[in-house]
Amino acid sequence: MTTRALPLKEPPDDQVERYSLTERIWHWLASLSYTYCTLTGLALFSPYLYWLAAVFGGGPTIRFWHPWLGLVFLASVVWMHGNWRDDLRLTEADREWRAKIGSYVENRDQELPPQARFNAGQKLFYWAMFYAILVLLLSGIVMWFPERVPRNLIVILPVVVILHEAAALISIGAIIIHIYMSVFAEPESLRAMVHGKVSRAWARNYHRLWYEKVQGQRRPAP
Amino acid sequence: MPQTLEIKAISGHAGTVPGHGASRDYDVCKLIDVTTCIGCKACEVACLEWNGYSFTETVFDNSYQTMPETAWNYWNLIRFNEHENSDGSISLLMRKDQCMHCADPGCLRACPADGAIVQYANGIVDFHQENCIGCQYCVTGCPFDIPKFNPSTKKVFKCTLCSDRVSNGLEPACIKACPTGCLHFGSKDDMKELAEQRAAQLREQTSHKDAGVYDPAGVGGTHVIYVLHDIKNPEMYGGLPANPRVPFLVKLWKGPVKLLGGWAMFLGVVGVAIHYLRFGPKDAGHTTGPEDKNERTKS
Repeated sequence: MTTRALPLKEPPDDQVERYSLTERIWHWLASLSYTYCTLTGLALFSPYLYWLAAVFGGGPTIRFWHPWLGLVFLASVVWMHGNWRDDLRLTEADREWRAKIGSYVENRDQELPPQARFNAGQKLFYWAMFYAILVLLLSGIVMWFPERVPRNLIVILPVVVILHEAAALISIGAIIIHIYMSVFAEPESLRAMVHGKVSRAWARNYHRLWYEKVQGQRRPAP
Repeated sequence: MPQTLEIKAISGHAGTVPGHGASRDYDVCKLIDVTTCIGCKACEVACLEWNGYSFTETVFDNSYQTMPETAWNYWNLIRFNEHENSDGSISLLMRKDQCMHCADPGCLRACPADGAIVQYANGIVDFHQENCIGCQYCVTGCPFDIPKFNPSTKKVFKCTLCSDRVSNGLEPACIKACPTGCLHFGSKDDMKELAEQRAAQLREQTSHKDAGVYDPAGVGGTHVIYVLHDIKNPEMYGGLPANPRVPFLVKLWKGPVKLLGGWAMFLGVVGVAIHYLRFGPKDAGHTTGPEDKNERTKS
């Protein structure tokens, strides 16, 4: 298996390992911290959603924890960036996939070019989240400590808040598609992130290049 | 004001009931006549005493002014300004600075925390610190730089117009302490009338031909109004803005940005739901190429 993989045991023969335990732990850390930040952020975004603050312990409590959990999310994105950076690089082949995105949307996947570990849509999702968290981080630091902003510059705080909200909205748009794809459209990819394994048929159909690479690394049976 | 003793009916009484049917609703107003302020700071002391703060420390700035700015525990500050007039003479201007209790409060508009800022029907804008989350958005909404953050409690404070006294039929503490009578308190209509009378008196009987009443329309009027020697130049009184308004960016952020963002999120969820109904889940069983021979056999 790959050097990254830490399987407890070899997967069954009709399955192939897709995510190692470490990858899955970081992914779910990212997902939990992102969920917390989004729900508490939405509480402060709209008065109609302020009831979410009560769910998480009240306004002052979420005001305290939101930036800290944001840092947890940042840490998990940094780890995922280091781990998956090569797999997430947009390539020339992704142009063809993007040109045929209609086939992906309408479930005519057989018309799409073979994909490596992540398809072009997953890569675009990642980069949307990556740039969103850069903006969220920079604006969030200012919003964490507004009292440190010189008094005559405090008029720019609404600009910073609008940037924070715009980046959050872009990430929410991306996460809606991400969650929809994994939970509803391709449930096997959710199982992959929970159990770490996918069926060979799924791997071959959706990530052929990756599957062939993994197969090539498999030692043939004596 | 308490209305419990408003008379509705009187026994053995012929004719109309005195005062019955007249509206007792009124919005309160503090009138500050800067032309009769002597800068004694009795109002500063009264504010500290009534609100239970002790005097801590300050910065000497070659001025009679107690400190450079109001603070989270110092809500009432007389600003001293030496203003050079066009004829070369110097005016020592004194203006009592505190929350203006705007009819259109920018702090309240900017605040995201439910119940942290309330505006009473009588016009008082009050901060409820138990609901304050310390985000300090109110600071950006205020054109008068009034809300001040306490870093140790992470709450924002400002003048309450003594809402606790006013709700019990008393005048604010600063009013009670003023020895010259430059501070007045009553209904907005009465204070506006008194202020206009005084401004007219100044114009007619003194050299202050530009005397006028400061009740800025940009924030819907305020429940603290000033009589100024020169209404055309309020900035000379320690930065009183000539045309204060709720910052455009705050209105943009609290209006269109929230509306568009909310709709975008809602339509995003509706969009994927429709996609599921229209196209359904992907079928992992379909084949895109020749079967891998490892797939079914032991490797």
